[in-house]
Amino acid sequence: MKIHEYQAKQIFARYGVPIPKGYPAFSVADAEAVAGKLAAETGSPVVVVKAQIHAGGRGKGGGVKVAKGGAAEARDLAQKIFGMQLVTHQTGPAGQKVRRLYVEQGLDIARELYLGAVIDRDRRRVAFMASTEGGVEIEKVAAETPEKIVTVHVDPAVGLAGYQCRQLAFALGIGGKETLGKFVKMMRALYEVVLKEDCSLCEVNPLVVTKGNDVVALDAKLNLDDNAEFRHPEWKDLEDRDEEDPVELEAKAAGLNYVSLDGNVGCLVNGAGLAMATMDIIKHFGAGHGVAPANFLDVGGGANQEQVTKAFKMILKSTKVKAIFVNIFGGIMKCDVIANGVVAAAKELGLKVPLVVRLEGTNVELGRKILNESGLAIQAAGTMADGAKKVVAAVGGGK
Amino acid sequence: MSVLVGKDTRLLVQGITGSAGGFHAKQMIEYGTQVVAGATPGKGGEKFEATAANGGGKAVVPVFDTVAEAVKATGANATVIFVPPPGAADAILEAFDAGIRLVVCITEGIPVTDMLQVRRVLEGLKGQTRLIGPNCPGIITPGACKIGIMPGHIHKAGHVAVVSRSGTLTYEAVGQLTAMGVGQSTCIGIGGDPVGGMDFVDCLELFQADPDTHGVILIGEIGGGAEERAARYIKEKMKKPVAAFIAGTTAPPGKRMGHAGAIIAGGKGTAAEKIRALEDAGARVAPTPSDMASTLAGMMK
Repeated sequence: MKIHEYQAKQIFARYGVPIPKGYPAFSVADAEAVAGKLAAETGSPVVVVKAQIHAGGRGKGGGVKVAKGGAAEARDLAQKIFGMQLVTHQTGPAGQKVRRLYVEQGLDIARELYLGAVIDRDRRRVAFMASTEGGVEIEKVAAETPEKIVTVHVDPAVGLAGYQCRQLAFALGIGGKETLGKFVKMMRALYEVVLKEDCSLCEVNPLVVTKGNDVVALDAKLNLDDNAEFRHPEWKDLEDRDEEDPVELEAKAAGLNYVSLDGNVGCLVNGAGLAMATMDIIKHFGAGHGVAPANFLDVGGGANQEQVTKAFKMILKSTKVKAIFVNIFGGIMKCDVIANGVVAAAKELGLKVPLVVRLEGTNVELGRKILNESGLAIQAAGTMADGAKKVVAAVGGGK
Repeated sequence: MSVLVGKDTRLLVQGITGSAGGFHAKQMIEYGTQVVAGATPGKGGEKFEATAANGGGKAVVPVFDTVAEAVKATGANATVIFVPPPGAADAILEAFDAGIRLVVCITEGIPVTDMLQVRRVLEGLKGQTRLIGPNCPGIITPGACKIGIMPGHIHKAGHVAVVSRSGTLTYEAVGQLTAMGVGQSTCIGIGGDPVGGMDFVDCLELFQADPDTHGVILIGEIGGGAEERAARYIKEKMKKPVAAFIAGTTAPPGKRMGHAGAIIAGGKGTAAEKIRALEDAGARVAPTPSDMASTLAGMMK
């Protein structure tokens, strides 16, 4: 789960990670008011107006602007940013509409650095990465100058050790005793955030050293581990539904795993690996014919008939779907449950595109019987490859 | 012969009184697995009943409050965990502490920070204890012992081993093998979570050492570097043919992997990288998921 910068900073503040003073704003008038408040509190008219969307690269896309003239200028900037369709390297070409702003005090910045914590799945540890190349895309640094990224791994039995923090500090050129102490304290607070808030990613880019030698998190990005939702009832309030794909939200609410894609073949599959492999095999046979998967949909192992019906309806409703491929290898999932769900959805909404079904595994005979007796125009497939070829042909290619 | 599990495996089921645990305990007993005990805190003293394999009448399984008691009373030497996510990591640690050498965790949805702790404890056990999963279908030696949730009837005893990060793709591979008349020695689903127990290399080592395994199907997917490590092992140590499939060639980047995670892996998360590494190591990669068994058969001729 992704959250906004201002929400991440509110979490940072609770753990003692230094952040600039700032307030969220949900309208242009809001932004003007909080900018005035900030200027009064800090004694400086310099404030920064930042678009809040769930994507990085906001500054480059024109979503972050500095107002040197206090509230009135902040209002003008807010007017430009609020409601804009912000395009960054992470949003895709359509961009994301800005519905929330964050207004923050301006700082006198001496240096911009990078500090991030991530779960390193290969080492099975929390890894902290630091780089002197702050404020730029870390992916770019990793690709072009990987030697500029320094990494330490935390032993969960010991916790983040002081020497590890100092290792990163010295690699970043933070040597002065006072600043070093502040950096170590911040890193330790960030490790607490990662553990207690169940983060899969915690990124401070940039982390800045001010001219007054303070160490401050100028940006904050937290991704939360969806598996830990059961112990964080407060996460409900952090959710921003405007940032999510409505179809994916609908699927999530129904307990389904759905990702929208650009193609024209709707897929209903059980199991994440088989669902990915089904996309692969459609592309394999369809790539030369303009045929590609329209979605990733894993109904999981324990779905009931209602969930399957819901899943199949979501595919039927999509206007970009020109054919449907149902690919099931029943294990815990029984083929008759799938068959009943498919038939129920098709009877309710009507089946207007070709449907190819490949059933295998638990209760396969019963499942096939239900489909055969449904009166629906279904093309049965013996194997995945057979099904993929048939669905490609049905869309109009590969005959 | 087979690896890790067989006729002499004495299985404990943690969470046997829950709906998933109970359902699959019955299925495992029907398959012929020796289920000797169940454990659910607060349900000690209860009895779990099921129909035994091959018309063997009624099987009665004693339930204990703790894993330690269950092991002491029944000599259980393996456990399978169906405990829901909030208590699953704790259940794994309890099994470790009771001295069980093979722990299979089926549970999907365990927080990754919990698994970091489990993994740390596991490393301290120095390879004496094996963890399979979490978020996996389990392990099966066809005809002898099924631990997990895979459909038993699609399997056939034989000499090909399967190891996979995906449950349903494992069934797909097994289904293809059985349809060709090729049986399996042992199939292991290692699970799809970022942090878990046994990885590909751990399994390949066992398959290499098992005289009854003549070839291996390895099924990977995008993310992490486990397939690349497997490729290195295949190149250096593996003397048996390995056919592979990597799912996710067409998956959109960023949808599933956090970008900083891909940095750590050094650009090793993509399907193309994994396929290249495996082919360089001498494994043959199936062009589509429909060709997994035929690709291996082509190597074993």
